[in-house]
Amino acid sequence: MTDQHQPFEGTAGQPRIADRSVKVSATNANVYYGEKHAIKDVGLDIVAQEVTAFIGPSGCGKSTFLRCLNRMNDTIDICRVTGDIRLDEEDIYDRKIDVVELRARVGMVFQKPNPFPKSIYENIAYGPRIHGTATGKAELDEIVQSSLVRAGLWEEVKDRLDSPGTGLSGGQQQRLCIARAIAVSPEVILMDEPCSALDPIATAKIEELIDELRTNFTIVIVTHSMQQAARVSQRTAFFHLGRLIECGDTETIFTNPQHNLTQGYITGRFG
Amino acid sequence: MNTLILVLVILALATLSYVVGTRRSTGLVDNKPKDLHSLPGYYGLYVAMWCGVPALALLALWTAFEPTIVKHMVLASLPAQALLDPAGGPLSDQRISLMMTDIANTASGNISSGASQSYISEAAVYQRSLTDTGYWLMAAVAVALGLGLASLAYRRISPKLRARNDVESGVKYFMIACSTVAILTTIGIILSLLFESYRFFTQVPVTDFLFGLSWSPQTAMRADQVGSSGAFGAIPLFVGTGLIATIALVVAVPIGLLSAIYMSEYAAPKFRAFAKPALEILAGIPTVVYGFFAALTVAPAIRGFGETIGLDVSSESALAAGLVMGIMIIPFVSSLSDDVITAVPQAMREGSYGLGATKSETIRKVVFPAALPGIVGGILLAASRAIGETMIVVMAAGLAANLTANPFAAVTTVTVQIVTLLVGDQEFDSPKTLAAFALGLVLFFITLLLNVIALRVVRKYREQYD
Ligand SMILES: Nc1ncnc2c1ncn2[C@@H]1O[C@H](COP(=O)(O)OP(=O)(O)O)[C@@H](O)[C@H]1O
Ligand SMILES: [Mg+2]
Repeated sequence: MTDQHQPFEGTAGQPRIADRSVKVSATNANVYYGEKHAIKDVGLDIVAQEVTAFIGPSGCGKSTFLRCLNRMNDTIDICRVTGDIRLDEEDIYDRKIDVVELRARVGMVFQKPNPFPKSIYENIAYGPRIHGTATGKAELDEIVQSSLVRAGLWEEVKDRLDSPGTGLSGGQQQRLCIARAIAVSPEVILMDEPCSALDPIATAKIEELIDELRTNFTIVIVTHSMQQAARVSQRTAFFHLGRLIECGDTETIFTNPQHNLTQGYITGRFG
Repeated sequence: MNTLILVLVILALATLSYVVGTRRSTGLVDNKPKDLHSLPGYYGLYVAMWCGVPALALLALWTAFEPTIVKHMVLASLPAQALLDPAGGPLSDQRISLMMTDIANTASGNISSGASQSYISEAAVYQRSLTDTGYWLMAAVAVALGLGLASLAYRRISPKLRARNDVESGVKYFMIACSTVAILTTIGIILSLLFESYRFFTQVPVTDFLFGLSWSPQTAMRADQVGSSGAFGAIPLFVGTGLIATIALVVAVPIGLLSAIYMSEYAAPKFRAFAKPALEILAGIPTVVYGFFAALTVAPAIRGFGETIGLDVSSESALAAGLVMGIMIIPFVSSLSDDVITAVPQAMREGSYGLGATKSETIRKVVFPAALPGIVGGILLAASRAIGETMIVVMAAGLAANLTANPFAAVTTVTVQIVTLLVGDQEFDSPKTLAAFALGLVLFFITLLLNVIALRVVRKYREQYD
């Protein structure tokens, strides 16, 4: 029992990171689904231009917490969020915040690839069109191409931009979704188990891509694979039963976890 | 005698077989049902099936063919002079069938016009005796068949008998028989439509019917009668039908679609739980109620309104019928659209929100296009409903076959004309009556086409997400 209280005290406050710039920070975040208390007093900093991995047994609240960061939980009627979550020092749950604009700044890639039932081109152009980013057809083409290039999909689809996005393979669809997110130039990209529906080769491609994207974006990735967390992330947060147990540099978490729950999870004693 | 009693007897025998069969199966294994291949009840059903089904099938066949056979036998027994007309030639088919009706009436003890003739009463007696012996013979055979097959089945019961599988295939054949009946009925209806239409087209050229611009089906009954020879150009009817259906869709599509979008995307679950069934009640109102609503409330209102702005509106108008019909088909559009919109995966919406789209952008650019094929399907179904609708138009649109696109004028529709052609006493082979079949045939093809397209579109949409 004391085990479970220790992180509560440790993370509810603000364990600030002095030497790196913090992009997103949560303090005392709580999430309720109706009566169910899904996230309990989580305090966490996400460093800019790094990959932060959320790990933990399933049902521990990783997705729930991730979806707080772009207020995607607003779409669930029974969901209620309290606490303080800031993007660049700005409270994103403030009344003055424009949720739509927030989501343009904090993009999202989902567990199951969800391309729109439109052409590949239209999938990528969707965001820029909504936000009026491009002033003409040429500029839009340019955005589409560069997004696909950065998502490593251009070579595979450049000859069939007009064919439906849903016709691609699972891995390609997921990269299409990443390209779609990149196209609106977000600052943060949230990824909820982006590889869990993919085969190992497609997974490797996405992991490589995440590593490249780090130079331009702040990335948060939920994963159930500890190897994946170790491979792609610089920082790792371990959740358990709605609480954040431990958060730190990935290397430290995996070689020298402070908490025995973390230790148990990464050595595979439970999960 | 009554066939119903025989049916009850056979059913009772089958029930008995069930009990006996179940007992025997458990008896065989000293009340240890585990040693049986199937549950004891299956052995019971197995015996009951053999007892009941063939006997009932025999009964059904007998009921179907007995009248024809008896009729032929009675006909054959008539003296030759009964089949000659006064002039000495053979009797016409119609006269023969009249005579047979007389015989049947006499046989069943009713007063009939022909009872005076001695050969008629003789034939009636003969018919009675045939029917009676036939019935008892049949009853005996059916019961014997049931009992015989049941006892055979009973003897076959052994712990190894795969009663469950046999009952299963029995059930399967029963289903096949049922669906065959449905299919055959449909085919029968289509064939009769085709056949009668063909008869119509031997009298009125197809091109006159399909492309003629004037519809006045009054044909002269007697040669000296004043009146036209009839004009069977169906174009005014199809234009009228199209006009009213268009007005109905103009009303139903926006209202139905927008309420579907509101209900599936915006409304709170509580409101939706109340509003959706409430809308669907519209579909449950009998069309005749819509009809007098249209004729007594809407049509006069439209006329009154037309008068105030100086328009000449007839008291029966396409607009009145179309408006009310539109209200009637709202649920077809809204309910199906609501279903397909709700079926668009939440992941699509979240994907769009995640890119910074607003709710209405998401609906317009992602949800609606994704649901569009299904929505089109719903609209086509509503259209085919509107085209086939009769009651409202009979009461509110009028009978005048005007060829016009003016919604304030009285028009008539295909269905209304079918009704008027067949109401009252008709000669069955006059082109006037047969025209109803031709109209029905064309209507059938149009709605069939719409339904096929609608179903294909809906199915295509389903495939996208499965
Ligand atoms: N929409 C929802 N409604 C109610 N409860 C939910 C909902 N989504 C998640 N939960 C609950 O919240 C808890 C955390 O879920 P989730 O964040 O999906 O876990 P994870 O992603 O770590 O597997 C689980 O117990 C889950 O049952
Ligand atoms: Mg999850």
